[in-house]
Amino acid sequence: MTKESTSAKFPLVHPIEPLSPAASREESGQGVKDLLFGDLWEYAPAPESSEVSGARDHYGNFIEGQFEDGGERFASHNPATEELLFEVSTADEACVDRAVTAARRALPRWSGLPGVERGKFLYRLGRVIQERSRELAVCETLDNGKPIKESRDVDVPLAAAHFLYYAGWADKLTYAFPGAKVAPLGVVGQVIPWNFPLLMAAWKIAPALAAGNTVVLKPAPTTPWTASRLAEILQEIELPPGVVNIVHGADATGRALVGHSGLDKVSFTGSTEVGKEIQRKLAGTGTRLTLELGGKGANVIFEDAPLDQAVEGIVQGIYFNQGQVCCAGSRLLVQESVHDLVLAKLRQRVATLRVGDPMDKNTDVGALNSAEQRDKVQRLSEIGLQEGASMHQLACDLPEKGYFFAPTYFTEVSASHRIAREEIFGPVLTVQTFRTVKEAVDLANNTRYGLSAGVWSDKGSKLFQVAGAMRAGVVWGNSFNQFDPGSPFGGYQESGFGREGGRHGLRPYLEVRS
Amino acid sequence: MSSFSVSRVPVDAVGLEARAKSFTKRSIKAASKHQALQWIIGMMDLTTLEGADTESKVRRLCQKARRPSAELAKVPPVAAVCVYPPFVSVACEALRDTPVQVAAVATSFPNGQSFFSLRLEEVRQTVEAGADEIDMVISRGALLSGDEARIVDEVAAVKELCPKQHLKVILETGELETYDRIRQAAQLAIEGGADFVKTSTGKIGLAATLPITLVLLEAVRDHFLATGKLVGVKAAGGIRTAKQAWQYLVMVKETVGDRWLDPSLFRFGASSLLQDVLLQWDRAAAGRYSSSNLIGLD
Repeated sequence: MTKESTSAKFPLVHPIEPLSPAASREESGQGVKDLLFGDLWEYAPAPESSEVSGARDHYGNFIEGQFEDGGERFASHNPATEELLFEVSTADEACVDRAVTAARRALPRWSGLPGVERGKFLYRLGRVIQERSRELAVCETLDNGKPIKESRDVDVPLAAAHFLYYAGWADKLTYAFPGAKVAPLGVVGQVIPWNFPLLMAAWKIAPALAAGNTVVLKPAPTTPWTASRLAEILQEIELPPGVVNIVHGADATGRALVGHSGLDKVSFTGSTEVGKEIQRKLAGTGTRLTLELGGKGANVIFEDAPLDQAVEGIVQGIYFNQGQVCCAGSRLLVQESVHDLVLAKLRQRVATLRVGDPMDKNTDVGALNSAEQRDKVQRLSEIGLQEGASMHQLACDLPEKGYFFAPTYFTEVSASHRIAREEIFGPVLTVQTFRTVKEAVDLANNTRYGLSAGVWSDKGSKLFQVAGAMRAGVVWGNSFNQFDPGSPFGGYQESGFGREGGRHGLRPYLEVRS
Repeated sequence: MSSFSVSRVPVDAVGLEARAKSFTKRSIKAASKHQALQWIIGMMDLTTLEGADTESKVRRLCQKARRPSAELAKVPPVAAVCVYPPFVSVACEALRDTPVQVAAVATSFPNGQSFFSLRLEEVRQTVEAGADEIDMVISRGALLSGDEARIVDEVAAVKELCPKQHLKVILETGELETYDRIRQAAQLAIEGGADFVKTSTGKIGLAATLPITLVLLEAVRDHFLATGKLVGVKAAGGIRTAKQAWQYLVMVKETVGDRWLDPSLFRFGASSLLQDVLLQWDRAAAGRYSSSNLIGLD
């Protein structure tokens, strides 16, 4: 009951086969020097219950503390099953205008509150997210396709942590920038992507509110659920109406929002292409802007690295959230002397990945967020093959429905290949080699992006030297894709500007004067 | 002092511990749980290593080993009983005609601090008494003072005395402090001819943990991939619940693969684990938890 596997479509693909014990017996056991990741012990299905999601049939735009029922509706689907989840009202220009007006009306009272009072709302928000973490995780997985393990252990706890972290700053803003006076900017328009829907909402809303701004947030059209649940929580904690407004829709809604003359600032996380359009549009308007865009992060592995942990870092870097991570470690750079060893280990590790139903607690890799995204990943993989790279893909049964793509890596990739330059935003890794530290740094920085990088070495001095030479906003040493609300995150070059997280994340939401 | 050494494989503690923790996130239910419980019993070295051990205590332990529960049908026997050398003949007698192996700790267990000739003599007599498996301890002091060759030589000398017996080499990882050193110790023991590498004696506070056992699994895996030779791993001490134990099995399955899901290549050394496994077994059969008094205490 599996659909045509990708390897059938690509005859050149090297399948990564988890050998079965039966196969090994045929080979008489002795002399076979490969590990058997077979079916001797199958994990029984362990599905999380979707009943706790508390789904409604319809979610409206959230304006001045109320859900508005009107407007054209669009459907939100479960990308793992293609089933309809619920409908959402589209915000047209008039609706966006009502949202911005509501935020403007709420601004004087909100920005005039003592910081300690604003902080209380944020603490409450963080705590309610923690209390309702199970249902939020279920909603996130149903709407986004990511494994429940990740929404439960990463997305939701980090979202709560972000609110709690910025709650602490709300009454300490003057200490954040010593010697300066600070004031909120005003009304902020925020547009977030579909890869971490609740977490990105938290990244945007928490610092904006702590600094005394009011907000109009637009979630991505394929993942409106947790933002709507967040709106319900905002009602529950009695956040003053209008402080946070949430409008739904695709490009038209996004354009209406970022182009609205009533905004003092726009903050966008998403593709570089859209980011550039926004920047052109806002040039000369006086509206402040921060952008967090694409990436093509290098994960650099030196011969003296702890290789088993480095392989975990490769997997965490590219297969976490199906690779739909702007800071993914999508370019693996391995020192030539350990290339074969690292690739052998990687192959064995990929063979143990469990791909399938995101609601199963044992699933490691779930569904991509949309057919469009799956097709894009497929298309770029085909280009990789055409350009002469060698494609290695996990041979696994993919569910018949849903937008799945098996974990993949390419070897024999050169720096000029499109797959080594363009952001794929899927579970597809490219592998290149280097000989010297200098070559590693040059290759890592040879990109139009500059969001993230990873460096692996057991030698501390090398680690710090190379980390310092990376032209990227976030550099991980002997780890990858680790997040903390206290740590600033953002890009160089076409990965955008502005920082989110930490004290630095307050700066883009404050007027800082002496 | 010879200058022998093994290649150093660095281990990053943070990454290792994160990986080990990830195995605890697997949800093991229904048939997979039942399979795990069966394996855990079949991989268990039921152990008594007390100054107060008596022949009668060892006989009772052997009875438990061959038939863990009078009430629960179909519970398999454990892999082995593990005793001090003077009790080997009693255990052999009690376990005659059963598949249960007799393992004995030798070489001045638990600290290894005796004259090497005496440690070897202990092995010789233990083998003579009929032990199927020898659990030796390494000289941790030698390793900590940089004498790698001595570890290899000692293991090789012991192996020479018990060529047909299964040799498990106890690294006492709690005294080695770093994962790098644990990895090094495992490689040296394998180099010397160990059939198994074993975490701990159970006699100091720090016993088996998931990350420590992961280091051993990675060492035997790399040895297998390089040479095709299979070496087993025994996690001993500190594993008291069935849930803890099946997290080890998850780690085995996902690190070294199906071959090691077998008593010939993976063991638990434990004294109280069996009780909890039997309770879980009964729960799976009855659909509810029973009083711990259901299970005979031996």
